[in-house]
Amino acid sequence: MTALIRVSAHRIVNGVPNGTGPTTAAFEAARDKVAAFINAPRREEVVFTKNISESLNLVAYALSNAATTPGAERFRVGPGDEIVVTEMEHHSNIVPWQLLAQRTGATFKWIPLDDEGRLAADDIEETITERTKVVSFVHQSNALGTVNPVQRIVARAHAVGALTVVDAAQSAPHRPLDVQGLGADFVGFTGHKLYGPTGVGVLWGRYELLAELPVFLGGGEMIETVDLTGTTFAKPPHRFEAGTPMIAQAVGLGAAIDYVSGLGMEQILAHEEQLTAHALEALSTIDGLRIIGPATGLDRGASISFTMRGVHPHDVAQILDEQGIAVRAGHHCARPVCVRYGIPATTRASFGVYTTMDEVDALVRGLQQVKEVFG
Amino acid sequence: MTLPIDSMYRDIIIDHYKRPQHHGLPDDFDAEMHHVNPTCGDEVTLRVRVADGTVKDLGWVGEGCSISQASTSVLTDQVIGQSVGDALKTVAAFTEMVSSRGTVEGDEDVIGDGIAFAGVAKYPARVKCALLGWMAFKDAVAQASEETPDERHRSA
Repeated sequence: MTALIRVSAHRIVNGVPNGTGPTTAAFEAARDKVAAFINAPRREEVVFTKNISESLNLVAYALSNAATTPGAERFRVGPGDEIVVTEMEHHSNIVPWQLLAQRTGATFKWIPLDDEGRLAADDIEETITERTKVVSFVHQSNALGTVNPVQRIVARAHAVGALTVVDAAQSAPHRPLDVQGLGADFVGFTGHKLYGPTGVGVLWGRYELLAELPVFLGGGEMIETVDLTGTTFAKPPHRFEAGTPMIAQAVGLGAAIDYVSGLGMEQILAHEEQLTAHALEALSTIDGLRIIGPATGLDRGASISFTMRGVHPHDVAQILDEQGIAVRAGHHCARPVCVRYGIPATTRASFGVYTTMDEVDALVRGLQQVKEVFG
Repeated sequence: MTLPIDSMYRDIIIDHYKRPQHHGLPDDFDAEMHHVNPTCGDEVTLRVRVADGTVKDLGWVGEGCSISQASTSVLTDQVIGQSVGDALKTVAAFTEMVSSRGTVEGDEDVIGDGIAFAGVAKYPARVKCALLGWMAFKDAVAQASEETPDERHRSA
């Protein structure tokens, strides 16, 4: 990456001087790696962004730009239309849609959570209606660990003619990501959660949608011909990649994909499922510990949120930290989840490819220590 | 597994957390103050009564981590009965210690059980927790000192 940061001082697509060729090739090779990683039908469907937040904002802004883009009627959102998310979303998949609703006069709605941290089939059916224009939801919840029934939600959304956007930031590092299998229209994820660098994310979209969707950011690279009287735009993916891209970061993401692909996403999933099953069982033996999210390993990932009776989540995290056990406490940028369950915050243990069974056991012992301190 | 010797969690802190002093809001008060730590959601509401330049009464309720709640409890033990001037000196001494990143030891004669929070100074993210009730008290005293006796609240 360091070498690339030096060499990428040269421009990427349109450069003539010697030195741009290898940079462009490395950047486009990273696109190929992403396309293969998510089983995209076409490499041109992979758009590089700076992170998942930008991926989601890109779609939200493109939809509001449809209001004034000739020929983009199919993407228009306005008063009487509905934008649907779920109650378990990260703030990055709430705020862009609230803002879209504000800009367009559309109604912002959400599919409610049940007591176990899941979306009930009836609620999915009832919340997504004939008025719904876009449904954006998380694949695997960062706050609850829940893995959502993507195909069921997509089927309902497509039945009413709505676009679907899947936030796969938390699933990409933990389970195979197959955009064709998911069936959604757009899928986004981010580099730094996939053991890659910060500053790079991905938006995958169906080619025919990306080709017609109004543009988001304007600038170099995203154009076909610029005239002072008007501009025509490039084909996907460059249509959505204005300006000099994050070349080194994209290549770094490619290296991270090589790493996890070398281990095998199926193997990573199997490893994390074992850790999760063991952790859920062990945690259930701790009196006063309440899992916030699915209590069983079915359709859940390796992030386990919990509270402990009589001990604030930040105190739990701090005492674990003093024992060398790193967890996170807070609302995990999904504050509506805490509101839903009537708690100020949760403590969350997140397992990854490098986590071991011994570390899960250390967590359980550490929590016993928390109980002793607060007796 | 036991906590390290330099653990932030002293028995004094846990005791105050479990048995908070002067907990509850008195009906007779001059000023009420509500402070929230927006980063973690911890909150404290306290009511203070000031007469003849002295902190006559102070009661509080709150929600949050042991650090924010126990430190508020310690505060009440220290400042009730003090002159307003001495109470503000106590607040200043406690604030200096927890904000010092470990460079100021703290004087037990001035801050009492507050000395147990010396370890918090090493955790910048938790300093605001420790100061939550103390800052609310400082604002409440300032407000109470501005009001004349006729403006006293008497909800009882």
